[in-house]
Amino acid sequence: MLTVQGVTRAFDGKPVLRSVDLEVERGEIMCLLGPSGCGKTTLLRIIAGLEQADSGNVLVDGQSILNTPVHQRGFGFMFQDFALFPHMDVEKNVAFGLKMRGESQVQERINEVLELVGMAGFERRDVTRLSGGERQRVALARSLAPNPCLLMLDEPLGSLDATLRERLALDLRAIIKRVNLTAIYVTHDQEEAFAIADRIAVMNAGVIEQIGAPETIYSRPRSVFVARFFGLNNIVPVVRRYAGQVETALGTFTVNDAANTILLHPLGIQLADGDTPDAILGQITERTFLGDAYRLEMRHHTGIKLTFRISARDSQIPVVGDSAAVMIAPEMIIPLADEGVGN
Amino acid sequence: MRWGRKNTGGSQTRPYRILLLIPLIFLALFFFYPLLTIFGISLAPEGQLNLSAFATVVMSDYYRETLWFTVVQAVLSTVLTLVLALPGAYVFARYDFPGKSLLSSLSTLAFVLPTVVVAAAFSALIGPRGVVNDALTAIFRLESPPIQLERTLVIILIVHVFYNYSVALRIIGGFWATQSLRMEEVARVLGASGWRLWWHIRLPILRPAILAAAVLVFIFTFTSFGVILILGGPRFATLEVEIYRQATSLFNLPVAAALSLVQIILMFALMLIYTRLQRQTATELQGWVARRPRNRREWGFVIANVIVMAILLFAPLLALVIRSLTGHDGLTTQFYQLLSSNPRGSVLFVPPVQAIGNSLIFAIVTTVMAVLLGTMAAYLLAQRQSRLSRWLDPVFMLPLATSAVTLGFGYIIALDEPPLNLRASPLLIPIAHTLVAMPFVVRSVLPALRAIAPGIQESASVLGASGWQIWRLIDLPLISRGLIVGATFAFTVSMGEFGASSFIARPDTPTMPLVIYRLLGQPGATNYGQAMAMSVLLMAVCAVSFVLIERLRSAGIGEF
Repeated sequence: MLTVQGVTRAFDGKPVLRSVDLEVERGEIMCLLGPSGCGKTTLLRIIAGLEQADSGNVLVDGQSILNTPVHQRGFGFMFQDFALFPHMDVEKNVAFGLKMRGESQVQERINEVLELVGMAGFERRDVTRLSGGERQRVALARSLAPNPCLLMLDEPLGSLDATLRERLALDLRAIIKRVNLTAIYVTHDQEEAFAIADRIAVMNAGVIEQIGAPETIYSRPRSVFVARFFGLNNIVPVVRRYAGQVETALGTFTVNDAANTILLHPLGIQLADGDTPDAILGQITERTFLGDAYRLEMRHHTGIKLTFRISARDSQIPVVGDSAAVMIAPEMIIPLADEGVGN
Repeated sequence: MRWGRKNTGGSQTRPYRILLLIPLIFLALFFFYPLLTIFGISLAPEGQLNLSAFATVVMSDYYRETLWFTVVQAVLSTVLTLVLALPGAYVFARYDFPGKSLLSSLSTLAFVLPTVVVAAAFSALIGPRGVVNDALTAIFRLESPPIQLERTLVIILIVHVFYNYSVALRIIGGFWATQSLRMEEVARVLGASGWRLWWHIRLPILRPAILAAAVLVFIFTFTSFGVILILGGPRFATLEVEIYRQATSLFNLPVAAALSLVQIILMFALMLIYTRLQRQTATELQGWVARRPRNRREWGFVIANVIVMAILLFAPLLALVIRSLTGHDGLTTQFYQLLSSNPRGSVLFVPPVQAIGNSLIFAIVTTVMAVLLGTMAAYLLAQRQSRLSRWLDPVFMLPLATSAVTLGFGYIIALDEPPLNLRASPLLIPIAHTLVAMPFVVRSVLPALRAIAPGIQESASVLGASGWQIWRLIDLPLISRGLIVGATFAFTVSMGEFGASSFIARPDTPTMPLVIYRLLGQPGATNYGQAMAMSVLLMAVCAVSFVLIERLRSAGIGEF
């Protein structure tokens, strides 16, 4: 439905987006995920028309929209600070987009969207007197009211506290799915992205490093950057390569890729007996209780550290200082591209 | 140290509370007492209630016309100012362009320039002897100057716009720069553009700032005195000018007093509205970030505004300098040299150069008094929870709302007889100037004072600091910038004050603005040239003060 082709943008000579390509399907929630300064917000603003691309193209259903001014694109946009109009009450805020497009069935639509976001009965409220969660709902209702063909959300939960954020992320997804809307969601928070997205595009330094379903991206990161971004730090450099095999300080693994580094995914690490063949030996250096699990850190004699989790129900949980041995599931040994892939 | 709290503040803070009463006593003696005397003379001239002077004022067509003209010119000036300043404020809040900071400084300089200097500057630009007329007569070989704006409403309005453009620009632009750009972007995504963006989003969001600016500009132009007196001629009179004429030329004190009363009531009402509105503009959100214009249309808009500002703000000041340096035979410094002489038959009793010394001495005394009293007043007002302070806030702003002429007039009738006979005292002028300057000090110090978190003083106290040590080591460093800004304002206000001084200055101790006014009123190229030279000197003093204010204010001090 939306196609971004080779979009490039620089501010004061500093590249912010480097030839970004992106395809968003109809009815899909696409999440742009990345650290601050990676260009995700700029990309969103270029799609919205609030920012100009230096080169490249943005198409909706095959038609370029670069020459369509913002106010004629028919999109919806939700900002982090919600940007509710302080001089209007809830109903007038929601009605604004409808009025600008000259719609006639205004009242009906207002009731409909306020009902949808669970804010019916708040029509006459002053927006400055609403709580954070209520403001977020009004802002959503306002952007949904004119039936946008694409909804853009720029860190819409960023200004809320953590507990509220988790619940609202699920609500947000439910509402967007109920009206079957195509949406682009920008965030720096991976949990938020996992909760809300159909697909995630991880961005770094102006390029998209990887696109995929949340599960895929987390379990098969393609680059060092993506792995580290998700907190997957068991990254081991490759010393030598044979046909289908790589040799590292921790041993030799079967990997069908000419990678310089591999990830020993924590999901594939298990405690083992010391005499298991191919087991990696080390000493426990950290043990953190997480409630349902323990996170353990094991230090190999070369200094390389591996972190992994074991269920809190396991009978024998080593303590700091214990010797330990772990086994790696072969399908969880993942070759990583170097940092800044796409350059 | 906070007045309204019962649980804090031990015995050591009590002496301060008495100190805080001093500004109130000052106001009572030198503000309310003269005003009440005016009330007395207008309502009961012979000791018993007699409304005849009042009735004369209300019934007579002449005075009603004066009031009508005062309102009409103020409304026209306000509307014109806002219409010009609104796009200017947008350009300033939204765009970055070369020369922006220079223009911004220039616009603020206009605000601190004395009325007489501004009047002289416009006379130098488009008056009958102005540079534009000179150039046109020379080029087209005309018999008489083609631009005949002196003594018309048009020149009054132009000068009022010059004067208040920066006020509006500052209030609206400053408020605008604190408003979230997101609001505007959301509106655009939702389908608003062009005039609908202005009408539904920008103007409503700016409403408090626009109203505050409008009320303030209205107050300034409603009480316009020097501009009308110098440029308007006998045909035009605002209430302010009429009070002056009735009191000094016609000695009709009851009518002057009745007019003052009308003026006072109107101004108090407006000031009350202004302080309310000003509080609304104090909200702060994520600000706009100025950026370069991006396309030809944006550049065109910026350049058009810059040209308007440059012509409006820069041309008159340049003309003033040129005029002060050109005589019959081209370039000359003779007008500056003549300032130290006092030829026979001059309108002045002393050489003009003496006025510079007078003005400086008055300004220094004013600054000291205004800073002391204003700081105490600010402390009085910084007591957060007290209901008293909410009422006192507009009270301390009242002197700003009272016309200087009314004040001067009140001094003449109230302070020239026992119990308070200050008619011959050299302190009379600094006292009047202090009243006008004090609100500026209060407004500069108060925000800094309010920004001191109560915990800071309390921690200092817990750590063993005495009340005096807390003030010296905590308060003083935190409010020092505000103090300097306030002091500089006080100095500048005193240097340029014209209305009150015109009443109370003694002939042998004229101030610079008075000398300029008298020289401008005399025929002859020499008098005119000297007026220009004196204006340039006064402008230079104000410009130096202003640079200081700007430096410190760029650090975010003062709430104007």
